[in-house]
Amino acid sequence: MRLGILDSGHSFGTKALFALIRAVSRQPVLDVIKLVKYRADFYGGPMQRVTHEAMRGPSTWSVGDRELMAALVAKTNGCEWCTHAHGAVAKAAYRDEAKVSAVLSDLDTAAIEEPLRATLRMLRKLTREQAVDADDMRALLAAGVSRDQIEDALAVCFSFNTMGRLADAFGFFVPGPQAFDAGAKYLLARGYR
Amino acid sequence: MSDIRNARSALVARILEGDGTASHAQRRAAFDNAAVAESLSTLVQKVAKHAYEVTDEDIAAARASGLSEDQIFEIVVCSAIGQATRQYDTALAALEAAAGAKE
Repeated sequence: MRLGILDSGHSFGTKALFALIRAVSRQPVLDVIKLVKYRADFYGGPMQRVTHEAMRGPSTWSVGDRELMAALVAKTNGCEWCTHAHGAVAKAAYRDEAKVSAVLSDLDTAAIEEPLRATLRMLRKLTREQAVDADDMRALLAAGVSRDQIEDALAVCFSFNTMGRLADAFGFFVPGPQAFDAGAKYLLARGYR
Repeated sequence: MSDIRNARSALVARILEGDGTASHAQRRAAFDNAAVAESLSTLVQKVAKHAYEVTDEDIAAARASGLSEDQIFEIVVCSAIGQATRQYDTALAALEAAAGAKE
């Protein structure tokens, strides 16, 4: 990572936690963990509360749907790290690798429900153009997406528009698929706390 | 959704108004992507608009301007959350315009 403090500036207790994570998972500690554990009262703590609520709080979107939204936002932002990480969680949550791969390679032709596709399209536009308008929202409501579902999707988008920027700006190391799979297991079991 | 609104407000209040090593003015400028010091404007603009283009040199330039790593950490965090917040607020306003104000 580009800032040495994010690699090795943690408190003694946090370093002990990292040693435990390495021992149990037999994988390196993911850079996102190092980021959220660095001076956690400034960023990591308050951000994890937002992200946990968005990704695991009450919503009619499934966990898989929300992880897929996160992966698509990441891909649109050109964030390789977050696309791998959340694509892996979505695949595990859905127990369907092909569905996630299909959406990430071509949203228009993937075999998914239309309200989810319309929502993913809106998130992609918001992420790419950094704005959407009332007509976009009317189209989404007409496609059968409820107002609460739109708000829930926007909360996912907020979290991953933040995290993706940080992953790229701080230069997260992209590890092998096994490290992401270990991370995905953890995120499915425990969420973002 | 009230929980998420409260959690978001707490996050923004913490990074902008709480204790930090960068000044409140530096953090606010990074969040708003406005009135940013010249030595930081490239970094902040990239984080907001195309973070995948941030390079080692951009971070090195911020360091060379006399900022500590903790200050750079805070400024980058504020920049990312500021841009994500503007997008979120724009989209919620569009939703209100389409569906009417929420009771």
